[in-house]
Amino acid sequence: MARREAIEEIMKYIDDELVICNIGFPSRELYDIKDRQKNFYMIGSMGLASSIGLGLALAKPNEDIVVIDGDGALLMNMGSMVTVFANNPKNLTWIVIDNGAYGSTGNQDTYAQKLDLVDVARGVGFKNSHNFKDINLKEFIRSDDASFIVYTTDSGNSNAAIIDLTPIEIKNRFMNSI
Amino acid sequence: MDSNEAIFNGLKDAGIDFIVSVPCVNLSKLLNMIDEDGEITHVPVTREEEGIGICAGAYLGGMKPAILMQNSGLGNSINGLKSLTELYEFPLLMIMSHRGTEGENICGQVPMGESTPLLLKAMDYKFFKPAHPEGAYEDVKEAWDLSKEEGKPVSVLLEIKYW
Repeated sequence: MARREAIEEIMKYIDDELVICNIGFPSRELYDIKDRQKNFYMIGSMGLASSIGLGLALAKPNEDIVVIDGDGALLMNMGSMVTVFANNPKNLTWIVIDNGAYGSTGNQDTYAQKLDLVDVARGVGFKNSHNFKDINLKEFIRSDDASFIVYTTDSGNSNAAIIDLTPIEIKNRFMNSI
Repeated sequence: MDSNEAIFNGLKDAGIDFIVSVPCVNLSKLLNMIDEDGEITHVPVTREEEGIGICAGAYLGGMKPAILMQNSGLGNSINGLKSLTELYEFPLLMIMSHRGTEGENICGQVPMGESTPLLLKAMDYKFFKPAHPEGAYEDVKEAWDLSKEEGKPVSVLLEIKYW
């Protein structure tokens, strides 16, 4: 199973949640699988999905926020794990699709292959740090602490096209949906 | 108004209600004032570019964000500022302690200090350099208005002599 199937599976649990999606193929695949106003697609700024999700979660404590991130992007902004944990927004669920590769740039290996990201998050202090296959995602979306979920997949991209919305359109329809 | 009150009052009167920060010794009193203000959500961050992302998310959620940092943080933030904040036209107020300016006693601050205004110009981002508290109060408010109007980050640079 590659990332696309993981995103399809994650989206089965999504109803009214606001979704922030990592740059590159993850956003293209999400757009192809299930475009919705409540999806925010990143076009640039690798690594910042979890940070955008944190800011949104703190600004909108009554909305549930789901971040779909990647292992390479997580490694690029590892400090975010500390900031999310320390602020512990209960409405934030951070899902890292760990395919051990920089998928959008040609599937080069990431150092995540040498790490157990669930253990890393537990080491930082996350109470809710789990592998996707062991949980019911909805319970963690609704839990009273921030959640860190790892979805382990093979590497590889689908043939999803480039998103044909402008960044301003993505922003405006997302904000109008809140 | 003293130098800290001027910035704080400017932030309050601009309606800023969400602040991320990476400390500088020159911002320490201001950060304490922000921390004690019940109407401002204050999020200390581990690195400045992370703060740029958090500010974008806060704006998506309807808040008015600012980042407080040393100018060295501009160097850590450029991609986020360009390919997130500017790309999506998110307003962002940047209050920067401008080290490496007249009166600096740490040589390590000088190269980035000299490059900071040049970098902002190269990025095509406007900035203010208030010389005294009254000017700073007005500049903070104007910088936020300009940022909303342009959909780009606007900075207020606070040189060492300002304090």
